[in-house]
Amino acid sequence: MTGLDTATLFAWCGAGLIGIGLYGFLANRHMLRRLVAFNVVGSGIFLVFGASGARRADLGPDPVPQALIITGIVVALATTALLVALVIRYADLAGRATLPEDEPGDDGKE
Amino acid sequence: MNQALPLIILATALVPSLITFFLAEDRVWVRNALNLGGAVLKLALVVFMLAEVGRGQVYQTEFELVPGLSLVLRIDALSLLFVTLSTVLWLLTTVYAIAYLHGGKNLPRFFGFFSLCVFATTGIAFSGSLITFFLFYELLTLATWPLVVHKGDAASIRAGRTYLGYTLTGSAILLVGIVWLESLTGPVAFAAPPQLAGLDAWSLRAIFLLLIAGLGVKAALVGLHVWLPQAMVAPAPVSALLHAVAVVKAGAFGIVRVVYDIYGIALVQEIDMGLPLAAIASATILFGSIRALTQHGLKPLLAYSTVSQVSYIVLGAALFSQTAVVGGLVHLVHQGLMKITLFFCAGVFDERAGVHDIDEIDGIGARLPWTSVAFTLGALGMIGLPPIAGFASKWYLGTGGLEAGQPWVVAVLAVSTLLNGAYFLPVLYRIWFREPGPNAAAAETEGPAMLLAPPIATAALALAAGLFAAAALSPLGWATLIVERQYAP
Amino acid sequence: MILPALAPALSVAVPLAAAFLAVVAPRPRLLVGVTVPAMLAVMALAVLGVRQGGPLVLAVGGWEPPLGIALVADGLSTAFLVATALTIGTVLVVALPQFPIRQNETRAGWAFWPLAFLLWAALNAVFLSGDLFNIYVAIEFVTLATLALVALEGKAKQVEAAMRYAMFALFGSLAYLLGVALLYAAHGTLDIGLLAQLPAQDTASLVAAGLITAGLAAKTALFPFHAWLPPAHAGAPAPASAMLSALVPKASFYVLLRFWFDAMPEAAGAIALQLLGALGATAIVYGSILAVRQNRLKQLVAYSTVAQIGYLFLVFPLAGGSAEPQPWTAGAWTGSVFHAVSHAFAKAAMFLAVGHAVLAAGHDRMSAMDGLTRRMPMTAFALGVSAVTLMGLPPSGGFTAKFLLLTAAFASGQVLWAAIIVLGGVLAAAYLFRPLARAFLPDRGRYGTVPRAQQALPLALAMLSVVLGIVSAAPYDFLQTGRPAAAEEGLE
Repeated sequence: MTGLDTATLFAWCGAGLIGIGLYGFLANRHMLRRLVAFNVVGSGIFLVFGASGARRADLGPDPVPQALIITGIVVALATTALLVALVIRYADLAGRATLPEDEPGDDGKE
Repeated sequence: MNQALPLIILATALVPSLITFFLAEDRVWVRNALNLGGAVLKLALVVFMLAEVGRGQVYQTEFELVPGLSLVLRIDALSLLFVTLSTVLWLLTTVYAIAYLHGGKNLPRFFGFFSLCVFATTGIAFSGSLITFFLFYELLTLATWPLVVHKGDAASIRAGRTYLGYTLTGSAILLVGIVWLESLTGPVAFAAPPQLAGLDAWSLRAIFLLLIAGLGVKAALVGLHVWLPQAMVAPAPVSALLHAVAVVKAGAFGIVRVVYDIYGIALVQEIDMGLPLAAIASATILFGSIRALTQHGLKPLLAYSTVSQVSYIVLGAALFSQTAVVGGLVHLVHQGLMKITLFFCAGVFDERAGVHDIDEIDGIGARLPWTSVAFTLGALGMIGLPPIAGFASKWYLGTGGLEAGQPWVVAVLAVSTLLNGAYFLPVLYRIWFREPGPNAAAAETEGPAMLLAPPIATAALALAAGLFAAAALSPLGWATLIVERQYAP
Repeated sequence: MILPALAPALSVAVPLAAAFLAVVAPRPRLLVGVTVPAMLAVMALAVLGVRQGGPLVLAVGGWEPPLGIALVADGLSTAFLVATALTIGTVLVVALPQFPIRQNETRAGWAFWPLAFLLWAALNAVFLSGDLFNIYVAIEFVTLATLALVALEGKAKQVEAAMRYAMFALFGSLAYLLGVALLYAAHGTLDIGLLAQLPAQDTASLVAAGLITAGLAAKTALFPFHAWLPPAHAGAPAPASAMLSALVPKASFYVLLRFWFDAMPEAAGAIALQLLGALGATAIVYGSILAVRQNRLKQLVAYSTVAQIGYLFLVFPLAGGSAEPQPWTAGAWTGSVFHAVSHAFAKAAMFLAVGHAVLAAGHDRMSAMDGLTRRMPMTAFALGVSAVTLMGLPPSGGFTAKFLLLTAAFASGQVLWAAIIVLGGVLAAAYLFRPLARAFLPDRGRYGTVPRAQQALPLALAMLSVVLGIVSAAPYDFLQTGRPAAAEEGLE
């Protein structure tokens, strides 16, 4: 198999992850779960990004997306860390980890 | 010098205003000296300018803000008519306001906005382009609102809301009209009217309506006048300023500019807008007078009288006749002199005898003779009794109506005169011929000179403007000069 | 001259260094005292450099695009840099007495300073980035600093507002990032200058453009993504609100402006442009109506931001239209930048002034305004002057902006947008009237006060927005330095 096909496979996987993550983001109200879903979407995008770097078979593997993905992962990590801190703080103060307007039909009060 | 003089004159009002805002409340003398000094200096400069412009001099200053938006100051004979009126009356009103508000609260704020208001009015008169006019017109709205709500009670706040609601909507409409017009013609300067002849007549009509509607709010055309009687809650010097000098005049002045310096009266006739405008003006004249008949309060009566009288100016501008426009322009000055007299006097009646309503005024003539004489002169002038100034205005308007082939104008003037008599004469009767009522009995003696001198001075000026109407430098002489120089066909 | 060339790097490095120092050596007075003048000097350098030599381009580390990352300071970037420096500079000085660091320090007092400096550095990085991915990183830093500032006092309401903001911001980031990935896949570069030279009407580019626009619109709080803004901006302490409301939405709007006018003018379709305009128009009307109904001062000011953001988006339909060069496009483009900058000054001034009124009254109900013209005349004046700008009345930068947009609307025959612009001004008067009128009422009850020197700062900032309207020729010309071709010829 050529590299092109591997790249396409990665791209489809990335797209699949984005879809799963989006579903998780919309279906869950618990903030931690949403945060995980956000990271799943992010991983999917990074995968698509990485695949785009490998598609230029004629030029050899493109290093730029890899550099960008690493940067992106660092940013996502920082964001996640801050949000986890916020969710914990909120759960301490409010006794729940869902936003008030999401209350009805909640699945987040665990 | 020709470049700087308009700016210097503007600064005589702006600088005292800005300093006054940040003066401590108790620095009364500094405040008064600043405001009076500015007014006197301005008067001196304006007199100098009158002589120069009379000889044919034109002052112009221009700077570009962004492409298509330039600030143009240009002083022609029409500017000076308005500026001279506002300068003379500003000086007198400042004297009056210092006495009237003596010991009151929030005076730095009051005098700050008061001078800012004069700055805006002067700017309106000096504007050489439509957009410059708009800048100052809007500034005037902002500077007068704090004066209307000055007392800070619920009624003032309500009146302030109505005032802002009407005037801001009006200027929004005006802005749309201006930008629309300029999108067709490029920047519009009064000195070089745009070439409108080739444009689509319906666009021209729509723009004309937008401009007149926007200006008509301040000129208090019928239907757009609602803010004016409500704004009566403001202190007397403010009412004097709003009614005689600044706000309503800014609207009327703008209408004259639009009709004569942008469209040109011939084009206004051609697109069939002259007659409707004259009709609205006439309707306003009659409406204001009829509403004035039914008022109980003295200030509301004067307010509706203003609604009626300001439309004389609009009527003069709308008729296709040089004589009529002379009548309209001269009424800008005459109405200012007479109406400010009446408001000054109303303030004194209130201050010295607690008179608010017409039935409280009985026999006040015996207690406050000077004020009553001044009031009487103003009221008779409004009715149009010769030789007081109001007569000359009406005479020219009526003659102009006949010249323009609109004899019904004479009928409107006649009915209006009857109505003026019907609401003013009973007041005069009460002042002079009724037995003194409780208010007159309890009245204090005639007040400090600073309160009394301004109404006497303006009443004398109104009389002089009528008596010496034939002189070259009388308001009538000057209005004739404007029309001959600028609007002769 | 080497110095102006360093200005882009310094405008990020100086506040970033201050942010680190604020963590290790929390001496706000000293840090503000050094950083603010230093940054003003850097700004002077940048303005001088751009005026004399055109856009300043700095290839970081000596790597040229497409491999390296370029910092670009043209007229547009520099205008935003300067606006940010003046706004944040003032805010920090006003904040000094409000976030003191004492022996038994509160978290808010300590954390405000590094976050504020970080926000400043991140904003400048957004304005200087010439690369879409670099912009992503910078704008994420803006979001992180903003999130932390919203939650600064750590009360439930504020943490909740921060989380709600995070939901929108995360969605925005992901959409933007996906768009960037697709663009890279299609063109192999993310440099704005290089993208501009490529044809960009293929499907991948259009999808990418849609994702990027949606993501940035969510971060700008464009209707219907506005719900997070009022609680977040109203909940934060006033100096933080001032920065958040005045500058943060402008950062993502700036990127949109760059993206559409610099990177991909070809991709713009008439429907997309009209849609952005329609959302902006809805924001103006809907935001204003909600603002009228608020009973809390800070909420009212925050809803006003929702409305004012709408004006910015009118640039898209007004600059679009046909493939012909359009003389009014430059006016629309410049008008929107004027609006962004004068709104930044006015809104920051308004939040700071409201903050002072609230400090004096001890609450932020409407009655905090009672008698303000008498108790704190300078604060009242600052509110009045910034209100004039928000209503778009002359003389102010807001009016200049409105005039330019209106002229563009009439010149391009899009009268509907003209009507919205004018209506927005009247509606702004409607919601600002209540607090301003109350300032004229007599005051009842007991009020504290704020030192006069502190009151003067918001007033100075508000006056800046007026000065921008009077001395507008120089900034107008300056903005045209390095102006993209699309800002002259129109989108599409």
